[in-house]
Amino acid sequence: MKTPHLIACHECDLVHQLGAVPPGGSARCARCGSPLYRPKRDSINRTLALTMTGLFLFIIANTNPFLGFKIGAEIRETILATGIYQLYQQDMKMIATVVLFTVVIVPALSLVSMLYILVPLQLNLVPRHLAKVFRMLFFIKPWGMMEIFMLGILVSAVKLGKMATIIPGVALFAFLALIFVQAAMAVTLDSHLIWEQLNRHQ
Amino acid sequence: MTKLPPTARRLGLVACHRCHLLCRQAEGPADCPRCGAPLHSRKPNSVARTWAFVLSAMVFYIPANVLPVMYTTSLGAVQSDTIMSGVIYFINSGSWPIALVIFIASVFVPMLKLLILSFLLISVQRHWQWRPVDRTRMYRITEAIGRWSMLDIYVVTILVALVHLGALANIEAGLGAPFFAAVVVVTMLAAESFDPRLIWDGMEDSNDGPN
Repeated sequence: MKTPHLIACHECDLVHQLGAVPPGGSARCARCGSPLYRPKRDSINRTLALTMTGLFLFIIANTNPFLGFKIGAEIRETILATGIYQLYQQDMKMIATVVLFTVVIVPALSLVSMLYILVPLQLNLVPRHLAKVFRMLFFIKPWGMMEIFMLGILVSAVKLGKMATIIPGVALFAFLALIFVQAAMAVTLDSHLIWEQLNRHQ
Repeated sequence: MTKLPPTARRLGLVACHRCHLLCRQAEGPADCPRCGAPLHSRKPNSVARTWAFVLSAMVFYIPANVLPVMYTTSLGAVQSDTIMSGVIYFINSGSWPIALVIFIASVFVPMLKLLILSFLLISVQRHWQWRPVDRTRMYRITEAIGRWSMLDIYVVTILVALVHLGALANIEAGLGAPFFAAVVVVTMLAAESFDPRLIWDGMEDSNDGPN
């Protein structure tokens, strides 16, 4: 790691001279307290492992029913896509699009682009268009809302629990695991380290 | 005269929004030499853009809460639910924690967010000196909590998908739902377009004397 170098606080613009920060530690802005830099241990390796796990879980979560309910002898099960399709059919195209985007497209795109970035880095190569892909990743990040969708499943289950027997599906557990994997990815990813790879490239 | 803090702008530098590289301030518009993102010392037109988003969210907030988000047809009888009536339903059926979660996510958070952003915008426009660290913290909280308001939209989606039993029971989304989704999206855009560094600029500008 190059030391020392200058860094400006993202939230108050104060310039700091950043010395060596040990992995797992964090540097905070002296004026407003925002985090400046948090180097991570074994970042690429760990994030890559989590990304691959996440991708598997994502596929399971989207191809299996997440909730079923039983009225009399009839069992109804639904996968995520059916809900979006129903909304589309009811002429709620705007909501259908928002749900599709925030629960399916953004998480899928994030996982795939992470993989695209991390596999070459792990092999000590710099992927093509690294800057563009990584920038896109930051741009879409706030719009991925799987953990909120998970809470939505729980609320719906309580609501329907009064009417019928609720059967949790395979996708529900995959979703739950995926949320933890995503949270862990946020902890292990050292974006600073990845931007530094661009210096090497030029 | 107090010594002015060395901010990037004062030193003639710009920090890239994306990769945080410190670059020399160019004359005209420039891109970050490392990651290619456009460089701005401050987010462009931050105050005007944020106000525009905040005001449109306030307008959408009304139909989002007044119009039904969901219609439940059960054995021919139609029941319409607004967000608040959904909360009341959970209180009456004894699910206090769920009622609280929905109330916080759907009613309290969007309102809090709009109030905080309006407050921050006014404070920046008037160069208030009041507790900049706390105001920066308020901004960070707004940025983090806004997404949770999407909860109700997901609940509607799931119920619509599951409860589709023909004449027995049927749930359809109401007009309030798209307005509500719009509130969430627009407040998120508002938080994204606000630049917290303006809070600190206001502090420094008045150190320079009245302007």
